[in-house]
Amino acid sequence: MSRKNKEAREKRHSKFKAYADVKKTQGDKPKNMTAAAKKMLALLTEKKFKFTMVVVICIVATVLNIIGPVYLGDIIDNITDLIKVKLNGQPLDLSAIGRVLMTILAIYTASSVAAFLQHFTMAGLNRDLIFKMRRLLNQKLSHLPLRYFDSHTKGDILSRVTNDIDNIQNTFQNNLIQVITSVVSVVGVFAIMLYISPVMTLISVIVLPFGLLLALALLRVSRRYFRENWRTMGDLNGHIEEMYTGHKIVKVFGHTKRSIAEFTEINNELCDVGRKAQFYSGVLMPVITFTSNIGYILICIFGGIFVVRGDLTIGAMTVFFVYSKLFMQPIVDMSNIANNLQSSLASAERVFEVLEQESEPEDIAENHLGDSRRKSVELEHVDFSYAAEKTLIRDLNLTVNPGQLVALVGPTGAGKTTIVNLLMRFYDIDAGVIKIDGTDIRTVPRDELRHVFGMVLQDTWLFEGTVRDNIAYGRSDATLEEIVAAAKAAHADHFIQTLPDGYDTVLEEDAANISQGQRQLLTIARAILADPDILILDEATSSVDTRTELLIQNAMKELMADRTSFVIAHRLSTIRKADAILVMDEGSIVETGTHDELIAKGGFYKELYDAQFAGATI
Amino acid sequence: MIRILKFLKPIRKNVALSVFLMLLSQGMALLLPALMSLIVNNGIGNKDMDYIKRMGLLMFIGALLGVVFSVCNSYCTARLSAQYGRILREQVFLKVEGLSQCDIDKIGASSLITRSTNDVKQLQDFILVMVRMVLSAPVLLIGGTVMALIMNARLAMYIFAVLPVIGGLAALVLKLVKPLFKKRQKLTDRLNHLVREKLSGIRVIRAFNKSGYEDARFDEKNAELADIALRIARIFSVLIPASIVLAFIGVCLLILAAAHNIDAMDATVEAAKIANTIGDLQAFIVYMIMIVSALVMAGAMFVIVPRANISAKRILEVLDLEPEITPPETPVAPDPAMRGTVAFNDVSFAYAGAQDAVLKHVTFTALPGQTTAVIGGTGSGKSTLINLIPRLYDVTEGSVEVDGVNVKQLDAETLYSLIGYIPQTASLFSGTVRENVCFGKPDAADEEVWHALELAQAADFVRALPEGLDSHVSQSGTNLSGGQKQRIAIARALVRRAEIYIFDDSFSALDFKTDAALRLAIKDELKDSSVIVVAQRVGTILSADKIVVLDEGGVAGVGTHDELMETCSVYREIAESQLSPEELSERRATV
Repeated sequence: MSRKNKEAREKRHSKFKAYADVKKTQGDKPKNMTAAAKKMLALLTEKKFKFTMVVVICIVATVLNIIGPVYLGDIIDNITDLIKVKLNGQPLDLSAIGRVLMTILAIYTASSVAAFLQHFTMAGLNRDLIFKMRRLLNQKLSHLPLRYFDSHTKGDILSRVTNDIDNIQNTFQNNLIQVITSVVSVVGVFAIMLYISPVMTLISVIVLPFGLLLALALLRVSRRYFRENWRTMGDLNGHIEEMYTGHKIVKVFGHTKRSIAEFTEINNELCDVGRKAQFYSGVLMPVITFTSNIGYILICIFGGIFVVRGDLTIGAMTVFFVYSKLFMQPIVDMSNIANNLQSSLASAERVFEVLEQESEPEDIAENHLGDSRRKSVELEHVDFSYAAEKTLIRDLNLTVNPGQLVALVGPTGAGKTTIVNLLMRFYDIDAGVIKIDGTDIRTVPRDELRHVFGMVLQDTWLFEGTVRDNIAYGRSDATLEEIVAAAKAAHADHFIQTLPDGYDTVLEEDAANISQGQRQLLTIARAILADPDILILDEATSSVDTRTELLIQNAMKELMADRTSFVIAHRLSTIRKADAILVMDEGSIVETGTHDELIAKGGFYKELYDAQFAGATI
Repeated sequence: MIRILKFLKPIRKNVALSVFLMLLSQGMALLLPALMSLIVNNGIGNKDMDYIKRMGLLMFIGALLGVVFSVCNSYCTARLSAQYGRILREQVFLKVEGLSQCDIDKIGASSLITRSTNDVKQLQDFILVMVRMVLSAPVLLIGGTVMALIMNARLAMYIFAVLPVIGGLAALVLKLVKPLFKKRQKLTDRLNHLVREKLSGIRVIRAFNKSGYEDARFDEKNAELADIALRIARIFSVLIPASIVLAFIGVCLLILAAAHNIDAMDATVEAAKIANTIGDLQAFIVYMIMIVSALVMAGAMFVIVPRANISAKRILEVLDLEPEITPPETPVAPDPAMRGTVAFNDVSFAYAGAQDAVLKHVTFTALPGQTTAVIGGTGSGKSTLINLIPRLYDVTEGSVEVDGVNVKQLDAETLYSLIGYIPQTASLFSGTVRENVCFGKPDAADEEVWHALELAQAADFVRALPEGLDSHVSQSGTNLSGGQKQRIAIARALVRRAEIYIFDDSFSALDFKTDAALRLAIKDELKDSSVIVVAQRVGTILSADKIVVLDEGGVAGVGTHDELMETCSVYREIAESQLSPEELSERRATV
């Protein structure tokens, strides 16, 4: 590889770093292996009896399995005796043979039954463990503060619930059992071999260290190539992902040829490094087999000589043959198991990371919100920041009387959703107090508080299910008439009627079978049906445009008419009507007041207002 | 499955070589027990030390050859699977790059990504495991049988009597498990979907106090999935223990038969044969162990074949896609006299499988030097209309003409080169700012790039970035704000100096001030091009030369703002809903 090539490659790796990193978090080493292992064991040993059973059965199965060959040796000796007797012309007694054979069969049957029991019980334990981990994780997600979701990507969290749990399911417990089996096998076999013949034992294992050293060296080399393979794969995945998701742009900007050229380059390189990585890891098996074969050959030669000399029975030699095969297998397995176990512990670590996050603080149910239909909202000396170093809201005071309209304005990204986060207690304020009808919202159960609010967010969220269920999401007891009435009020009834199954039409994943505007209408209908005391509209109409918007506006007007409302909007006509305007910029509230007051003030708000109609339009 | 293996054709020599080397190395492995039995029978039997050593040396040579063959095999298989992966990936990628947007929509970009990466990887691993491990099982099985038959046909029969039983058992397990695998895959998808939904709707779920309901839904599926996995694991837990018991029943039968054989033979006539029984038995036992462990390894097939099969199906589905848009057989060159003109002639369009047309009989012309605005309600077909110009979709009826030529007759690359497109959501790519701006014009000089950035009101913030033009833009531009991304996307289109500019509601992420400055800056720059703007707000298109009002797919009116206020009721409704009476009259006063 020339240096120039290498540089180009490094540059590309850094370009697609994000993609390789995502991969990496799915299979790297755990940060703290013992801690993760301890926690997993704690979870496993919750069902102490069953778990102990599995371990005991496993040991029994393995011990029986390695005793078996001793009887195979016996039978070979028996046959040898038979042959001698036969060659001497004497009659044979086959009953002894039959007895030993029955013993062999009994041992292997017992060992197999034990192995079956162990697998069977383990499967049950595994099921419970995985079910429980998934359940805990899901419940945790229901109780984590919003801060967690806002600071982690969806893909990352999703991969912990799915990929990591799958990884644990596929490897952890079976590997644990394999570790027990392997250790018992190696120790047991070694002990029996020593018991039969120390000299033969030495001969059988003499080549072992060489094989292991060679294997370790190979592993080291292959790991280097695998790392490079991994990174190149990240590059390729990154390239593919970008080209596919940006397909339209790629085409219209005439980028296709260059895209293919870059793909071919990375693809060829991946083929190259992939081949090397697979080769070095593939050589491992032959090397270990070869080591094992050398041991086998040495047994043949020296065993043969010892038998001739009369130092060893032919049956004992057979035992060594079988053991030489049984001895190597666990060692081959071990390197695999170590890798798997490491990766499943890394997965476990990522799962525990989520489980150990702090949940939302417990509800304090000291007070309750009254059932008045019009509610007042007061913010007194409120301070808030997402991160300690940057205070976004300082000493905010605002009184919203029942039925009033508060407008939140400011450029995109000004942090207008922050107010929503605070009102609904998605985040808690740092200082001051927020009151609804005079009650501190922190002294009210969250469920009750959130029930008061109706919310239409900019990101429409619908779930896979019927239109009807989606509208009734906030009120599962709603009748069809109520649902239709809400849809009519939201001007959604018309388009719903045109869907193939009307209200029973199933929305696909991400509601891809209806348009963005229609999705918006459904979320409005959902809010209308929930009939909240306080309404929050988060730029609600920005993607429902023009004529539809007019219809929605009318519905909204009605919805807001008698309700305390918080509206986040770019629309100046709405803002003008507002009883109070919060002007936000870069996360902070920079001005508050009515439209006229703010215009008179001539500050940031006036600039914003003027800018919309300044200059020419195209 | 077979069809996906056809892609091995270009590398068939390598396949043959891999299999051949595998045969050789397994042949060596099979030779060792036979040599061992010679040592026992002749060496030990005749107390011939030299013979033992000679045979030992022979075994050593065999083992050495074996390791050489298998290292070569390992090299070939590594190359084989890497090449196979390369070929498949290339096939899929080239196919996708050749598809148009409507084809991609059928499968979905995210699914296509998994198919090009994960599914290919699955098949690549499948080939590797197949040639390295699974194929060696039948070789060991057949080879072991043949060796045993040669050595002692009468005894060998017993040991191999149990093999069909083991095979039958394995087939039964496979049959029981196969439908369960499918079910498990479905449930896994379902559960992942629930989590995805939960993550994206976390605020709504909490706002509606539905956490309990969502948890119950999750638990139900979770239990179902866990139970299916349990059933699969329990069925599998029978297989290996039962195989081992069967194998040892075979061994016991064999030994019993051997004992009876010895008893039955005439000691004086067949003395040598009787004595040889020991070596044969030992070799058979070793063969049996080899075969059983090969079978266990072949058991990996149960896991990898169904998995590979699913991947193969998913890849073939992509490769079998019939592209909906086909290039013209004899492309027509754009007409220089009609430069920059976009004409819709009675265009109707319906998405594949949809009953209602999205666009119905749309006719209008956009001329160079003019701004043509398209406005209309949700689902009125604005974005669809835009997509027809670069022929991302084909019209159902009528025609779209660019530079006087039907787009179906234009060479795709030529057509694209005429268009500067700014999408609704700016999609940027990993790389530098420069790479992103130069996306459609790789040879653009720095001055051109800066000029485009100036126009797009992006120069200031790019200059403020630590490395200016060479600053890193991360995956889909997540390190930039929405407004910054959109401005870079605008610069990306401007740098191409196209004849036709399409702004698909591209100013939505900009604040009022930037929006206004941007419009002013590009007005002069684009005076020779035709500009097509899709807009949500009447306020932003008041001074357009031509406004096309779409209503439920049809054209409700074409004209200037003032004309439309007089003649088009749909337009008037829109304008009045968005602008206050003062603003409307102000506007009238300035005209």
